Amino acid sequence: MNLAAGSNQPAITYLNHETTVRSWLLTRDHKRIGVMFLVGVIFALLLGGIFAMALRIELLTPGPTVMAPMTYNRMFTLHGVTMVWLFMIPAIPSAFGNFVLPIMLGAKDVAFPRLNLASFYIYLAGSLLTVFGMLWSGADTGWTFYTPYSTVSPTTVTPILMGVFIIGFSTIITGLNFITTVHTLRAPGMHWTRIPLFVWTIYGTSVIQVVATPVLGMVLLLVAAERVLGMGIFDPSRGGDPVLFQHMFWFYSHPAVYIMVLPAMGVITEVVCAYSRKNIFGYKMVAASTFGIAFVGFFTWGHHMFVSGQSTFGSGVFGVLSMLVAIFTAIKIFNWVATLYGGSIDLKVPLLYVLGFIFLLMFGGMTGVAVATTSLDVHWHDTYFVVAHFHYIMVGAVLMAFLAALHYWWPKMFGRLYPERWSFLAAMTIIFGFIVTFLPQFLLGNMGMPRRYYEYPREMQWLHVLSTAGASLLAFGFGLIAIYLLWSLRYGAEAPVNAWGSRGYEWYSGSPPVPHNFTEAPRFEREVHDYTVAEVPRVY
Amino acid sequence: MEELFRKSLFLPEQASSIAKDVDHLHYAIITAALVMAALIFGFAAYCLIRFRRRSETDVTPRVQGTLGWELLFVGVPLTTFLVWFYIGYHDFIRMQTPPPEAMDVYVVAKQWMWKFTYPEGPNAIGVLRVPVGKPVRLLLTSRDVIHSFYVPAFRIKQDAIPGAYTQTWFEVTKPGSYRVMCAEYCGLKHSEMWAEVVALSEADWDAWMKEQRKGLVALKDASPSGPEREESGIPARRAARYDAQEPHGELMYAERGTLPERGERLAAERGCLKCHSVDGTAHIGPTWLDLYGRRERLTTGETVVADEAYLTESMMKPQDRLVEGFEPVMPSYQGQLGAAEVAALLEYIKTLRSARLENTRSEGPVYEPGGGK
Repeated sequence: MNLAAGSNQPAITYLNHETTVRSWLLTRDHKRIGVMFLVGVIFALLLGGIFAMALRIELLTPGPTVMAPMTYNRMFTLHGVTMVWLFMIPAIPSAFGNFVLPIMLGAKDVAFPRLNLASFYIYLAGSLLTVFGMLWSGADTGWTFYTPYSTVSPTTVTPILMGVFIIGFSTIITGLNFITTVHTLRAPGMHWTRIPLFVWTIYGTSVIQVVATPVLGMVLLLVAAERVLGMGIFDPSRGGDPVLFQHMFWFYSHPAVYIMVLPAMGVITEVVCAYSRKNIFGYKMVAASTFGIAFVGFFTWGHHMFVSGQSTFGSGVFGVLSMLVAIFTAIKIFNWVATLYGGSIDLKVPLLYVLGFIFLLMFGGMTGVAVATTSLDVHWHDTYFVVAHFHYIMVGAVLMAFLAALHYWWPKMFGRLYPERWSFLAAMTIIFGFIVTFLPQFLLGNMGMPRRYYEYPREMQWLHVLSTAGASLLAFGFGLIAIYLLWSLRYGAEAPVNAWGSRGYEWYSGSPPVPHNFTEAPRFEREVHDYTVAEVPRVY
Repeated sequence: MEELFRKSLFLPEQASSIAKDVDHLHYAIITAALVMAALIFGFAAYCLIRFRRRSETDVTPRVQGTLGWELLFVGVPLTTFLVWFYIGYHDFIRMQTPPPEAMDVYVVAKQWMWKFTYPEGPNAIGVLRVPVGKPVRLLLTSRDVIHSFYVPAFRIKQDAIPGAYTQTWFEVTKPGSYRVMCAEYCGLKHSEMWAEVVALSEADWDAWMKEQRKGLVALKDASPSGPEREESGIPARRAARYDAQEPHGELMYAERGTLPERGERLAAERGCLKCHSVDGTAHIGPTWLDLYGRRERLTTGETVVADEAYLTESMMKPQDRLVEGFEPVMPSYQGQLGAAEVAALLEYIKTLRSARLENTRSEGPVYEPGGGK
């Protein structure tokens, strides 16, 4: 592999062709919007992380440790709201999807560049309203806003509901934009069977976003209407049904898990191929399983309600359908691992995150099967087992893939290399820290520790201490990453055009890319991640 | 082997007829997950070593999956998962179907307490007494928000929903005291909404029931820290709940609920109801029904109005002015009851009027609209 020298890089890039603040704020360049989303979601991660650390410190001792119960209840609500809606949902699609998806398709930009910019400002507005709500009063309902508690809670829930409602529009717009882009802006040679798997997952995700997010919007509006206007939709004393909220909420929020996880799976596929220098083992199965997950994901919401009094038969149906998601996930896991076979594997940091991802997804998925098994869920429902399960599968997946993507595409985005050893140390710290944080929580759940508990029986303490220790490691790892990435922006070695010798299509353009991605129209003559042909990286 | 599995998975004791079956499926799934993980990571580790990059110009063969492989990838887990599902659903149906001969207990959840009512009369807050070896069906509802009745040792959980009745059932297999927790987030004191199930042997149950039927001490059993519990080596509930930092626990305890509600709990927890009835029946001490404002004749011959002052005095210095006809057996609560607790007890006693019987009667699902603020 001839790694091109730095001299091969374009002189004028999307970063330096215009440098005023105005040129950034009013940009219609999908790459700049992607970078702005990246900054936004990293702030959200920081905020959610601070809440998480506060929670873990509070739980160090069985009784009160550093905060009052009300503060604690607000903290876990805000941790959930921030992490789910401000970080995990937009993290990969809006930041990395925006950046690489058009390049991968050989397009100059997304289909609706102005709408793309609007989507960022809508995200910003919704986030600011949510943060304002947090600072003003801070809901104590949990991120699920279950009625009737959310309609009678003494805290001010409405601004946060409205903030999330607004963010929903950003999600829908981004989804529409990506779907249109994939359909209309593919360059010559980009057949449907050549579309990179990352694009496939973003496409699948966009479908979920467009279909499911309106339901979330509706249910949040209804809760707000009940709080402000006293409508009797969920309030039984006024003829409402409190469980109706759960149906509507999970009709969005279960597919939302796949809004978070599918793009992560796309990143993992790209990274596995690049670092094992191999084509994906089963392209069609991996692409198809994406849509399997997206489709079946809509029919599993009832598995959140096995103990809510819904019909036994209904629980059975939702249980079986939930297991199908695990099947589609299993296909992906097997294909990733099979891809390693016969490769030329370089265990660089992104691939390390992939291993972390597969580990977490594996156990997150198997425990998911366990909680879809109706009789077992009765014991585990709403306990720390579930907390650990969804942190493994959803947070673990998003975080690992987010960090893998950040490292894999860092040279692409900023034209700089990060320090290899520091990043390796940070990756090990984060993977180990994550496991130490959440493994004890599975055991706590087995013991019967319900989630959202401010106080707990003394015999559970040492597992909590272990969990907090893991969280501290995680925080340390994130600090390390923040330091060396910021350092590399200025002092990092200049990256070659194709820093990893990848055959992903996004490396056809420069690193960083020129303003409209390509100086001449690209042509796609080979399959994505085809390593059987020798090829020099090219900059169109 | 069973014990090894259970202990290494930190599962609580198995105290219900369903617990063992649930656990066996736990073990199977956890074991399978570990085996699966070992295979996948074993294979990945083999690849990482065998196929590590040796030079920058390595050429790799194109390996493409075949339909056979993909079918294998799908078929093996699908079969396994469906078998688990079948077994689990079978158990789930058992959990959801109370036997027809089950004994009924009504459970009313409320921020933040559990109230148990037996159809034949006695009710209790915080303690559910049940016989060992007999199925018990719980009919749950809530008076405010959604709560969830969770007994880890029984492996059962069921939401209590305002405006609706849900049900679950269990059959305890050994006598003892089992922790009940609220598993659905329900506001400020969610983590303190604890109760216990006390499973009595058949003989004890019969004796208790007989006593209840006599109607002597309607709420006597609401006391969670009777001597028999300490003997059996189970820590008293208060100790379990506030084991961490007693002063904080005490403070939060004092803040719970409205004053009468707190008084009701306190009366149960401090053993007041061992001697005082709340339904007018005579017992060791004067009944609390209609006590507030009643003129009582003392052993000295004078009369006194049972107002706040006198009632407080009776708690702190019970022998000083004793009501006629009762033995001087009440211990002093000086230094044991805080001001807020005394107030709570007084407010509770004030609510005990003949016209209002709800404190000793079972209550239906009452939802209190909370308003929109």
